[in-house]
Amino acid sequence: MEKTLRTFKKGGIHPPERKEYTEDLPIEEMPLPSEVDILLLQHFGATCKALVKKKDEVQEGDIIGDVEKGLGACVHASVTGTVKAIGESVHPLMVSVPSITIERDPEAEEKQYKSVDWHGLSKEELLNRIKRAGIVGMGGAGFPTHVKLSPPEGKVDTLIINGAECEPYLTVDHRLMVEHPKEIVEGIKIILTILGIKKGYVGIEANKPDAIEEMSRAVKENSKGFDISVVPLKVKYPQGSEKQLIEAVTGRKVPAFGLPFDVGVIVQNIGTTKAIYESVVFNKPVVDKVVTFSGKGIVRPANLKVRIGTRVKDIVDYLGGTTPELRKVVVGGPMMGFAVSTLDFPITKTTSGVLFLTEEEIDLYEYKPCIRCGFCLEACPMGLQPNEIGIYVEAGKLEETTQFGVFECFECGCCAYVCPSKRPLVQFIRIAKMKAKR
Amino acid sequence: MEKTTTFENHLLTVSVSPHIKSPVTVEKIMWTVVACLIPPLIMATAIFGIRVLIITLISVISCVLTEAISEKALGRPITIKDGSAVITGILLAYVIPPGVPYYLPILGAVMAIFVTKHLFGGLGANIFNPALIGRAFLMATFPVAMTSAWIVPKYLKHSADALSSATPLFIVKHYGIQALIQKYGSLSYIYKNFFVGIRPGCIGETSAFLLLLGGLYLIYKGYIKWYIPVSMIGTIAFLTWIFGGEHLFEGNPLVAILSGGVMLGAFFMATDYATSPNYKTGQLIYGAGIGALTVLIRLKGGYPEGVCYAILLMNGFTPALDSWFKPERFAPPKGEKK
Repeated sequence: MEKTLRTFKKGGIHPPERKEYTEDLPIEEMPLPSEVDILLLQHFGATCKALVKKKDEVQEGDIIGDVEKGLGACVHASVTGTVKAIGESVHPLMVSVPSITIERDPEAEEKQYKSVDWHGLSKEELLNRIKRAGIVGMGGAGFPTHVKLSPPEGKVDTLIINGAECEPYLTVDHRLMVEHPKEIVEGIKIILTILGIKKGYVGIEANKPDAIEEMSRAVKENSKGFDISVVPLKVKYPQGSEKQLIEAVTGRKVPAFGLPFDVGVIVQNIGTTKAIYESVVFNKPVVDKVVTFSGKGIVRPANLKVRIGTRVKDIVDYLGGTTPELRKVVVGGPMMGFAVSTLDFPITKTTSGVLFLTEEEIDLYEYKPCIRCGFCLEACPMGLQPNEIGIYVEAGKLEETTQFGVFECFECGCCAYVCPSKRPLVQFIRIAKMKAKR
Repeated sequence: MEKTTTFENHLLTVSVSPHIKSPVTVEKIMWTVVACLIPPLIMATAIFGIRVLIITLISVISCVLTEAISEKALGRPITIKDGSAVITGILLAYVIPPGVPYYLPILGAVMAIFVTKHLFGGLGANIFNPALIGRAFLMATFPVAMTSAWIVPKYLKHSADALSSATPLFIVKHYGIQALIQKYGSLSYIYKNFFVGIRPGCIGETSAFLLLLGGLYLIYKGYIKWYIPVSMIGTIAFLTWIFGGEHLFEGNPLVAILSGGVMLGAFFMATDYATSPNYKTGQLIYGAGIGALTVLIRLKGGYPEGVCYAILLMNGFTPALDSWFKPERFAPPKGEKK
């Protein structure tokens, strides 16, 4: 291991990690739910068109929705059964979106996926399998993976696998690396083959020594012909943000409003890499996902492998319910996740965690005027001026916030975390983004 | 900006991320600063007598009352519990001589809190340091008391004469550093006692050691950065060394930083959030500016001490320094060179 851990240079914070609730819990498979809601719009991109009708019989893995045009990814039946309804379901971010509800056939046999040797497959076939499997970035953004893996020719020389998992509470990628290191390394080799390059890094925050150890061993034993290395990273939020991770690992800085391939890099999430492996080697589409359920507000925290479309309230029942102190439910991590007001929403391909937080875990402070302490300037990893943006938004001068870099903000929340006046700076910034012009 | 909904007997709170926040609050910072200012008060009470404790209490109570009345009158939420008016009260008392009449801090408090703080927009919005405007106001309205109400500290050995209670800076300015050494016996005696805090001066400024201790604790906690204190103290020492003696490079930098309001000003006044630049390059220049102006006033100006006016003058430059020296962006847009 290197003596000084690699990290991004500017800004960053050290929130409490709170990973101890779930970091040592092996991934557990939840029994199949009796119904699933497959959302036709799960993430960024175009809405899928339903390819099935009410009362149709569907098999696990069947494509039941696909995009007609525009960017997107197809969706699959995550259980075998009958289409019960095509209607609307609650989406954790977008309120309500079209969805297909499938009633599971309890008699159906478990679907078996047979492995194939992928080494003879062409790049086009590999990409096609990834596309048909409906894989999207599972870290949260949900960018279609087959598109991301088709960069302009000759532009990319480095792949970085994001195992930072810098958000507090979340332990999905951690457990995947500890329990499935070989599959992840195989997935890395598939991606490198598609990109036609040799160099791959796995960036892991140093608070996951077991993951670093397992991944290092798997890389050593299985990466012949490729140049893959595991890079331990300093524990600092937001180490897993794309631009910060690229800087930490390679020293390259993605320009403002630019993309990783502007500096020759592609970043993939751990869960996505595992899904790529399964899609290519087993022809298995994204029908399930590992999700962290944590916080003091749930009776039994867990790293659960659940079917896509499983309703969170069914999962909560399976985990013994919520505690009376529950005060806030957050989809994603506590720094960038979304608070929800209902548990009626289903798991999507991009759900990394659902947190059940009690009053002692969250903040319920009233906010005050800016005292000009400058803490947010120190904390902002992008070198922006959140303090000024907040003051301008309060004064109604939204259009003038561009000068403080409002569009370079990726809403990591460092500024609002450190603010002693507890100002809702991310909220101010989102308001500014709606009105200001680039 | 939070909403609550009910879900099976739970009140679920919904708000924009982040959902966790640092435990550091405005109140925590302010009350920590208050705690760091208490040891110098104990020292002052020991050397100047109980009256300095009474002056400080009067000043604090006046500031808190003025804050409450100002906020009530201006229709703002009452924020006297946040500790900020208490800090202003303590600092105001710390920058006036120990022998002034008891009603003086009351007038200073009204000037500091009502005029300087609240008429300029309240916490975080004021341009000038309230406690220092309070002092400047008293200097203008009660010049005799503010420049002569000194008390000879207990435990100080010195030759008794007309200059017994005069501040070291007054002696240095008018009679030279040799007069000061003569008065107290030796340079090492001066260093030792000034460092501990046994010397004539304003109520809270005498103990370099205790002020340094409090300042270092605030830096350790991350509540203030070292940039302003270090650049300010460093500049005063450097410029005094060059210009402070009879010839160039003969000045005494240690006496310069151990006397007057340097330590108090550097750690507790120049670092005031609202009135100082909020990013490091600006802070370094701001500190150096205060240092240079302090030396200029001490050596060439009409007063023996210049920290107060130096800080107030640099307060006026804060908005400019903030707009000139912004944080460096992560990376410029494509095609643009840095």
